[in-house]
Amino acid sequence: MESTELNNNTNPQATSTPAEKGSSLWRDAWHRLQKNKMALLGLGVMVTMCIAALLTPWITVYGYEEQNLMLGASPPSAEHWLGTDTLGRDLLTRILYGSRISLAVGFIATAVALLIGVIYGTVAGYMGGRVDAAMMRLVDILYALPFMIFIILLMVIFGRNILLLFLAIGAVEWLTMARIVRGQVQSLRQQEFVEAAVSIGLGPWAIIRRHLIPNTLGPVIVYTTLTIPNVMLLESFLSFLGLGIQPPQSSWGLLISYGVETMEEYPWLLIFPGLALSITLFALNFLGDGLRDALDPRAAKD
Amino acid sequence: MARFILMRLLQAIPVLLVVITVTFFLVRLAPGGPFSAEKAVPAEVLKALEARYHLDQPVINQYFSYLGDLAHGDFGPSFKYPGRSVNEMIAAGLPATAELGLYAMCFALLIGASAGIIAALKPNTAQDYIPMSTAMLGICLPSFLLGPLLMLVFGVWLEWVPVSGWGDIPGDKILPALTLASGYTAYIARLSRGGMLEVMSQDYIRTARAKGLPEWKVVLKHGLRGGMIPVIAFIGPAFAGLLSGSFVVETIFQIPGLGRFYVQAAFNRDYTMIMGTTVLFATLIILFNLLADIVAVWLNPRLRDLYRSGGA
Amino acid sequence: MSENNKENILSVSDLSICFKTRNGSSKAVDNVNFEIARGETLAIVGESGSGKSVTCYSLLGLIPQPPGVIESGAAQFKSDAEKRDLLSSDKATLRSLLGDKIAVIFQDPMTCLNPYLTVGEQLIEPLCQHKNKTRAQARKRAIELLKEVGINDADMRFGSYPHEFSGGMRQRVMIAMALITEPELLIADEPTTALDVTIQAQILDLLDELKKQRNIGLIFISHDLSVVANIADRVAVMCAGQIVETGETQQIFKQPQHAYTQQLLASVPSGAKPAQAFQPGPEEQPLLKVEHLKTVFEQGKPGLFAPRPAPTIAVNDVSFELRHHEILGLVGESGSGKSTLGRSVIQLIKPTSGSVRLDGQELTQLSPKQLKPLRQRMQMIFQDPYASLNPRMTVFDALAEPLLYHRIAKRKNVSAQVLALMGDVGLAHADIRKYPHEFSGGQRQRIAIGRAIATKPELIIADEPVSALDVTIQAQILELILSLVERHNLSMLFISHDLSVVRSIADRVLVMHKGKVIESGATEALWAAPVESYTQSLLAAVPHL
Repeated sequence: MESTELNNNTNPQATSTPAEKGSSLWRDAWHRLQKNKMALLGLGVMVTMCIAALLTPWITVYGYEEQNLMLGASPPSAEHWLGTDTLGRDLLTRILYGSRISLAVGFIATAVALLIGVIYGTVAGYMGGRVDAAMMRLVDILYALPFMIFIILLMVIFGRNILLLFLAIGAVEWLTMARIVRGQVQSLRQQEFVEAAVSIGLGPWAIIRRHLIPNTLGPVIVYTTLTIPNVMLLESFLSFLGLGIQPPQSSWGLLISYGVETMEEYPWLLIFPGLALSITLFALNFLGDGLRDALDPRAAKD
Repeated sequence: MARFILMRLLQAIPVLLVVITVTFFLVRLAPGGPFSAEKAVPAEVLKALEARYHLDQPVINQYFSYLGDLAHGDFGPSFKYPGRSVNEMIAAGLPATAELGLYAMCFALLIGASAGIIAALKPNTAQDYIPMSTAMLGICLPSFLLGPLLMLVFGVWLEWVPVSGWGDIPGDKILPALTLASGYTAYIARLSRGGMLEVMSQDYIRTARAKGLPEWKVVLKHGLRGGMIPVIAFIGPAFAGLLSGSFVVETIFQIPGLGRFYVQAAFNRDYTMIMGTTVLFATLIILFNLLADIVAVWLNPRLRDLYRSGGA
Repeated sequence: MSENNKENILSVSDLSICFKTRNGSSKAVDNVNFEIARGETLAIVGESGSGKSVTCYSLLGLIPQPPGVIESGAAQFKSDAEKRDLLSSDKATLRSLLGDKIAVIFQDPMTCLNPYLTVGEQLIEPLCQHKNKTRAQARKRAIELLKEVGINDADMRFGSYPHEFSGGMRQRVMIAMALITEPELLIADEPTTALDVTIQAQILDLLDELKKQRNIGLIFISHDLSVVANIADRVAVMCAGQIVETGETQQIFKQPQHAYTQQLLASVPSGAKPAQAFQPGPEEQPLLKVEHLKTVFEQGKPGLFAPRPAPTIAVNDVSFELRHHEILGLVGESGSGKSTLGRSVIQLIKPTSGSVRLDGQELTQLSPKQLKPLRQRMQMIFQDPYASLNPRMTVFDALAEPLLYHRIAKRKNVSAQVLALMGDVGLAHADIRKYPHEFSGGQRQRIAIGRAIATKPELIIADEPVSALDVTIQAQILELILSLVERHNLSMLFISHDLSVVRSIADRVLVMHKGKVIESGATEALWAAPVESYTQSLLAAVPHL
């Protein structure tokens, strides 16, 4: 990887030797990620899930609302791979439709948190001084608030609006994202290559765009991947309490709450949605862990 | 040190005020008063109730009179259950929740920290993978899933432990405590593993080994203090989460705790009950965060000096 | 070779260690042999990666066994008429020797002492562990030892924490901790590298004295040949895992046999700067004129009821001139304010008061926008070659950025200029698309220098540009700097704590101490006859070959 050091030779070399392609830190990280089997598995699972969720209306045999009251709840069989619920609705279909909601909430709410958190954190970290102190004071205060309580209150009072759900959950998660980004930006600002950029004469926007953000991406990506499962958890938690997604829509949380009600007689109604949720959470967490190890700058130095 | 504590306490007051105010007005904004779910009540009774609860006053006055009551420790009468005060209801529900939280926290700390430390001692071996994968389970199985599953397996199928109740049958506290603790055990395990890994690669650990100290002493005497810092930092937010997590566990296991009362109060628009519980929870959370901060500073000699000499 | 009738306390033979990594295995130590007797100092000298530390740590079992593998070798340790092979001893035996008969002192006392335990607690550990003393007995002995290594108020200091000591004091504590069990062999791994030069001199004297008193065998690992020349009896020179030469100190330094040793000795800066064709003299309008510059840092936030801690005055009323085509050296120990001065001049830190004039133009009152065109004329080279380059930008990006930003070149023709720059600083053109982490430290510094000269500045501020480099690389980079200054008619403010380096490159020198410039003058004149007592003690502390 190392090129030969020229000994005191300061004459320009002929340009006949072709330039070798360098190996960027992203490339290195990708190589490292590939070695982590669990992380790759997680990635594969997530990709499969997303594709399945998108294609749900076309790949499901039964309708979402299609009831079969004669059948009632039945265990897994050839016609109904995962069984049916008390109204004879196909469980696999309901789980697939539920995945659309759960995954959508996961990604969208995380995107909301990401947007707010990154902007807030970058500004606070870069400005420093009083501005930073004030902004982080706000974050500290918000952190101390019992958010669960507020969300429950909001949901109860303002009705179960899916948009509100996105915003409410996003509003909880952006705090930690802002903290992480700000911490990263702060430590970067003190690095000498940022000082060098200032001494070249680059303005703040150029520095943020070219020097700060590319070096912040690593932790941001890792944290985003780990936020999605947290958000999905929050949503299913609320749905379970009856405060999140409302029927006729369904999310995994809702399906699980139905399953709990009848778990002694029809355990599969609890187990399968539960499995769906757990597997997704596992996949995302393994992927996030793998990304964190792969992007670790310390590992890049060897 | 005393200055630090005082400063933090003073900083906590505006936070509390914000919480109280926000909750107060949020609840008032809800469409439908507390009685809209009831059957029609005769007009005079309605008027009397409104007068009793100051509902005929402008909202601002209600706010200040509420603050006044709070200062005396009076959370007011319950809107939903006339004749019972919020203080009563809190006193009824708090012990169960507190006990549940305490068991869960102890379990999480003990098992989680030990698992993390053991895993950190031999990273990337079986000693590491096994505890950490099990910990991962705790993160990926939410309490409302784990609880029923545990109930199903250990309560119904195997019949090892009772499924519901609290304090009635011996052993009926095990499943709820375990369920509540699971997520936190996992998190603490990961945090302590990370912290220990970081510390064990420090130079001063090498110095300790170069002095010929036995490995257990190196780990416990030299490694633990630095390694447990992330765990200590987590206890504050963890406790906050525990309180909110108890809602679900109490609902599933039919525990007469504050969490369950809170959810019911939210559904019933029982203003004072909502207010009271929120204020109580917020105060407890703030207090616990403060305690955790104090412990963190006390454990780190450098920070201790920094705060002793002034400035926080 | 040592005399046969002197009893060797440690004899290492045929030691070979390799490290297994993902990319294969690399040999860290290759067939190493050496001995040491009680009462003598053996220095193991080498640059980074030479294997000098690995060699000694492997003897003590401090190398993690995967990925390290000891392929072969024996290390006979003789103590109390008992001979033991350290490499084949079990863990328990090794542990009983470590901290008792064999002690270690490490490089950085800040990271090597546990910040969470008191100094006293860490001091008594070896005694309680190996000599079965009670805590009270151990405490008494520890306090005696603290006094012996020169720590006053030993009683009180016993209960202090490491962060309450200065760097030199911490190293004294480490020494006390190492000697408390009366060891027979002491291994010191770069013990003074992290210390200021005056403190270094004290610690070296202390080590020498204690060694003689207790008749200890001292293995002194270092990269600094000048330090070694003054304290070692015998020297072993290591390169790429092998001992290339070993012998009596005077022998090695006067008549080095091996090519590597010769190169090493040739790279050590010594003596005056070679005479230049052009000698800068006093000028009407110097390139840089600094007057009464003051930079003050506010410390910490005030607590509600606590007094605000006093602000630190990093640069305290400094005035000097930098003439065209001159290299002005700025020396000082840590905390002297030299780095802050450099950054204040180039306006990376806004000075609190005073004036900085570049070619007559006042800089301190300008807004960042107004400063922008002037930035082309003054650039900075930083100390850490790892941190001063954006890890996500290729060499091309790093060198093109200033050219494009100041519109010196357009996208179409910037490559040609970048290639020319690379040639100027001695980088191969084929590396143009590579990333910083793919280069060595010396090469990265070349990239940083290339970036600094890209906009053809007149003034360059170099903040410890070679302090993080190995001696041989250091010599190459210094030569590069000298030739660039000559070719491009640059003026430079060269900041360093290393007096020998400054002497070999600067025309005039400023000596800084606690924020003030206490003495200045032409380099050789200053060296010959320093006026201030601080300068005198500084120059006296510098070890010479």
